Amino acid sequence: MEAYLVAIAIIGAIYVLLTLGLTLQYGLTGLVNFGHVGFFAIGAYASAIVSMQGVPLVASFAFAALLAALAAWPIGLVALRLRDDYFAVVTLGFGETVRLAITSEKWLTNGVQGIPGIPRTFAGLGVGLPGALATLAAITLVCVAAALALRRITRSPFGRVIEAIRDNEEALKALGKDPARFKIQVLALGAALAGIAGAFYAHYITYLSPDQFIPLVTFYVWMAMIMGGVGRVSGAVVGALLLMLFLEGTRFLRDIAPDAISGVAMASLRLGAVGLALILFTLFRPQGLVGDYTRR
Amino acid sequence: MSLVVRGITKAWGGFRALDGVSFEMESTGLLGIIGPNGAGKSTLFSVVSGFIPADVGSVALDGTSLDRLGPAARARAGMIRTFQVPREFHHLTVRENLMAAAPGQSGEGLLGLFLRPGRVRAEEDAIRAEAEATIDFLRLAGVADTPAGRLSGGQKKLVELGRALMAKPRLILLDEPFAGVNPVLIEEIMARIRDLNGRGIGFLVIEHDLDALSRLVPRVVVMDRGRVLATGTPQAVLADAAVREAYLGGAPA
Repeated sequence: MEAYLVAIAIIGAIYVLLTLGLTLQYGLTGLVNFGHVGFFAIGAYASAIVSMQGVPLVASFAFAALLAALAAWPIGLVALRLRDDYFAVVTLGFGETVRLAITSEKWLTNGVQGIPGIPRTFAGLGVGLPGALATLAAITLVCVAAALALRRITRSPFGRVIEAIRDNEEALKALGKDPARFKIQVLALGAALAGIAGAFYAHYITYLSPDQFIPLVTFYVWMAMIMGGVGRVSGAVVGALLLMLFLEGTRFLRDIAPDAISGVAMASLRLGAVGLALILFTLFRPQGLVGDYTRR
Repeated sequence: MSLVVRGITKAWGGFRALDGVSFEMESTGLLGIIGPNGAGKSTLFSVVSGFIPADVGSVALDGTSLDRLGPAARARAGMIRTFQVPREFHHLTVRENLMAAAPGQSGEGLLGLFLRPGRVRAEEDAIRAEAEATIDFLRLAGVADTPAGRLSGGQKKLVELGRALMAKPRLILLDEPFAGVNPVLIEEIMARIRDLNGRGIGFLVIEHDLDALSRLVPRVVVMDRGRVLATGTPQAVLADAAVREAYLGGAPA
């Protein structure tokens, strides 16, 4: 039971990191990123591949963040020329492109067979609970650092400018400030967070394959952000944890009545439950649990 | 030192919104632009400020051509515009709207933000004090902490003016600054504009309120159907038969 709770907590923390990245990009800056999973995948594969070449994990994590941020660069350049809805389509395409590239570039990623045997974080502590707890402590620390950094940003001149971009980009230009520079930085920073989340994921699950990086992951992150409260750091944390409650709570349902529902039906039911929650939230609490940027 | 606008033409399909518009003003001066609805006044602002590219024509400020610059670069060159329909940052408070406009903030860079927090804090204090003074002058103190999206139309106009002032330009382009603003405050704002003008800031003002405008600016450009109809003192152009034909439909003033 402890092992199970720790496992949920680690996956939950990975979603917290992903949601913090999206909060920066969409919640604060208004960039509709539907390809978040692409940056997550780049981080996961980058760290897995270089660590298996003997690179220490600290360096492989940094490499994951860097590579994800670099991947955001061309997307950022595109973002400067596109309206919100078109940018959403481009990022959705980006996420899928990353997945297809992973599937087809077998020499690097081993294609659909995937990469097994990725080194664990804190492998020195063994496979059991101590190693998992140490991993949980590490990712919690990263989450706290990321949340604090984001909070610092929201209360700074930089935060003021990106929220101004979200509210009215033209007016910001009229004041002599280039939205472009800020958008690229925001995309890269959010992507770096997703990259680090991916690295944690790779070294915790220890096995990667392309089917772990479907668009659904992106939309889980969107759901977490919307349920928690768009554009709020605390909302990202609360929303990601709530998402885990839904995803894992439905698993418990199956433990209670194992014969009533098959595994496949369960997976569909889980999606349905999350979808229903999302609908109820948008109907009855559109500002999310902790409130969003419109009600400060 | 001057703003020189030469032969601006802008057409959409067969419709010529601007047709060879030229005028010139001291960049420290006061110039009004009047004309009936659809005369092309706001389009002219958008072309001069770089938001809409001209088909033909050129814009130069204090001897430097602005033709190759985008809107943000033109603003940094010292020319700030406001919008006819206010474009406030609606989720930011009035104070934040004004503070966002201050130029050259080192806290707008991520490196400065995390590596030099002391400097950022000192800058923020200075910018906040400046915003506070501007808020007081514009009589927005009561709504300083209100999200700008919740303000009345007139108050939003004042926020736009406040932001323009915070940006510290040499020349301000005001698009109907008095629309929806209460008459007492209009007088005060005009007094402030004169005061700022006395300190070397130029104003180019589009205004429907002819009466208010004629008390503010010594010279106006009259536009109609994308062309400049007349230029001169408000009294002189109002006496012009062509202007009265366009603006007042030929009725005696």
